[in-house]
Amino acid sequence: METRRPSSLARWLVSGPPLLYLLVFFAAPTLIMVLASFRSPGEFGGLAPLVDETGKLDLNVDSYVRFATEPVFIRVFVKSAGYAALTTLVCLLLAYPLAMLIAKSPKKYRDLLLLLVILPFWSNFLIRIYAWMIILGPNAALARTINGVLGLFGAGPVSLLFSAFAVLVCLVYVSVPFMVLPLYANLEKHDQALLDAAQDLGANAWQRFWRITFPLSLPGVYAGAALVFIPALGIFAIPDILGGPEDTLIGNLIKQQFLETRDWPFGSVLSIVLTAAALVLAGSAAWVGRRGARHA
Amino acid sequence: MALLDIQGVTRRFGDFTAVDNVSLAIEAGEFFTLLGPSGCGKTTLLRMIAGFDLPDAGRILLNGEDLAGRPPELRPVHTVFQSYALFPHMSVEGNVAFPLQMARVPASERKTRIEGALENVRLQGFNRRYPHELSGGQKQRVAIARALVTHPTMLLLDEPLAALDAKLREELQIELINLQKEVGIAFVYVTHDQTEALALSHRIAVMNQARVEQVDEPSKIYGFPRTRFVADFIGHCNLLSGPVMSNGADVVTVDVDKLGPVRVGARSSLASGQRASIALRPEKIRMAVSTAVDDNHFRGTVRDLLYMGDVTVYRVETDGGARIEALLANSQSGRAKFFEVGDEVEMSWPVAAGHFIEE
Repeated sequence: METRRPSSLARWLVSGPPLLYLLVFFAAPTLIMVLASFRSPGEFGGLAPLVDETGKLDLNVDSYVRFATEPVFIRVFVKSAGYAALTTLVCLLLAYPLAMLIAKSPKKYRDLLLLLVILPFWSNFLIRIYAWMIILGPNAALARTINGVLGLFGAGPVSLLFSAFAVLVCLVYVSVPFMVLPLYANLEKHDQALLDAAQDLGANAWQRFWRITFPLSLPGVYAGAALVFIPALGIFAIPDILGGPEDTLIGNLIKQQFLETRDWPFGSVLSIVLTAAALVLAGSAAWVGRRGARHA
Repeated sequence: MALLDIQGVTRRFGDFTAVDNVSLAIEAGEFFTLLGPSGCGKTTLLRMIAGFDLPDAGRILLNGEDLAGRPPELRPVHTVFQSYALFPHMSVEGNVAFPLQMARVPASERKTRIEGALENVRLQGFNRRYPHELSGGQKQRVAIARALVTHPTMLLLDEPLAALDAKLREELQIELINLQKEVGIAFVYVTHDQTEALALSHRIAVMNQARVEQVDEPSKIYGFPRTRFVADFIGHCNLLSGPVMSNGADVVTVDVDKLGPVRVGARSSLASGQRASIALRPEKIRMAVSTAVDDNHFRGTVRDLLYMGDVTVYRVETDGGARIEALLANSQSGRAKFFEVGDEVEMSWPVAAGHFIEE
């Protein structure tokens, strides 16, 4: 059948503005950052002049060498990846049953339930983090209950706030909707006939889930994992507010380099490594997802 | 004892009765078909045999054992679904291996069983293909192989050929007959297609509005329909109705509305004046320009005709206003067809041609 192609002018008119937007606000800053990573830090912060007083072009890989040779930075990276991975795993375990519940509930309730999942987005991100300060605070019911119970066993009081625990709880809290939505979108499309067939062929409830539902939901799992892992990898606000001194993550480090230490080249290096890691992860998630979708 | 014994099974959905007091006995090794229009309850009955639905009343016994407490996964009965329901993330081999894995068949034995099942459906060498790489007919074969591989006691087939085109359907029908003979497993086949039912089955249960109207061999269903519904649903049929005029020893005469007295071979207890019907297949009617040779003969005019290649269907309106359908094979004629629209013809049929139905 012959379909009419939109004229190329119309296509450019439609796709032009978003393309321009991305070019100006994403591609250009990224290029500036790449350039900055090869320059020297300025005497009072920022960047040293591109051309020094002897007229020589001042480009070097000093900041990259520093990143590769000082193990503390690699350690922060690994720790950030660990936090992000743990967050992703907990989100998956929490979101999967919820997404399944929504996908299996009667059609007329599904939109309402999805709305409830994204309802937290209606209040400000920072306000929600500060709310956790109150929930986890030493005088709040939660901490008092836990410490009361611990006291019975002679264990000392613990602080929930300013800990890895607080950072993880909050990371999971802000990330769960990003896991629920792609999982729901996937699970909602599953064909009941496949589960009937599996049951008819001798599969019990667990086997039906593990052999049919779960493998078919993998594209949704990968999409959700990418949506949770990548932002969690670069997060700085949550460890800043809820974390202790040990909970400095790569996001905090980058913020420090730009705002406090004012070593822009090194901050750029950290950002580039983070972006590259995120790209590799997103790319592999998309690749695995496509491979899964081919059979679905 | 029958292999599957359905005893007075009823299933209601709210006010709607989907299956109403149905009793059937299906024998081992039998190709049994549930035939009826959509909504007649045949699929609901099949789902109750598979265990996806439970009867509100009555029992279903397999080998004498009541299946009531058994979920689908514990019934030795497998289903071939209309949509094939192949697992898209598993290869052909993975699909066929699935029921073996569920039944904990050792891996060493699995391979030969899979090969055997694929050979049964003539799909050797397709092991590594994925469902999306198969044609509709091939998918259906995989679904059948998957359902047969564990040698279930009974195979349930829910309109398995409905999604295929006519030519492929015919080919698969022949294969199904041979396959069923080969494996010797009882097939319970659901279809709304009467030609398919006639071609495939050892016995057919014709269902209408939640009830079974007749259970018989295909030739009996076609030749001796017990009710007006069966006569009308199976093939084309002229249903001639009217009050009984006289009831002789072996011949009943019915005063058919708009047509007149028609004699039909039957033994009936109906008294004069009670209404009855005669089912008369179009191919049993003789048509001629003038000479009538049989007991029943009527003059009429050809109003419509459908030329179908091998045969032509004539719609004849009699002088009394009755419309009768007659079918003639074109091979006997030197021309393309015998008659044209508007031709005056004489229709006739012997006493034995019609089938008497009491109402």
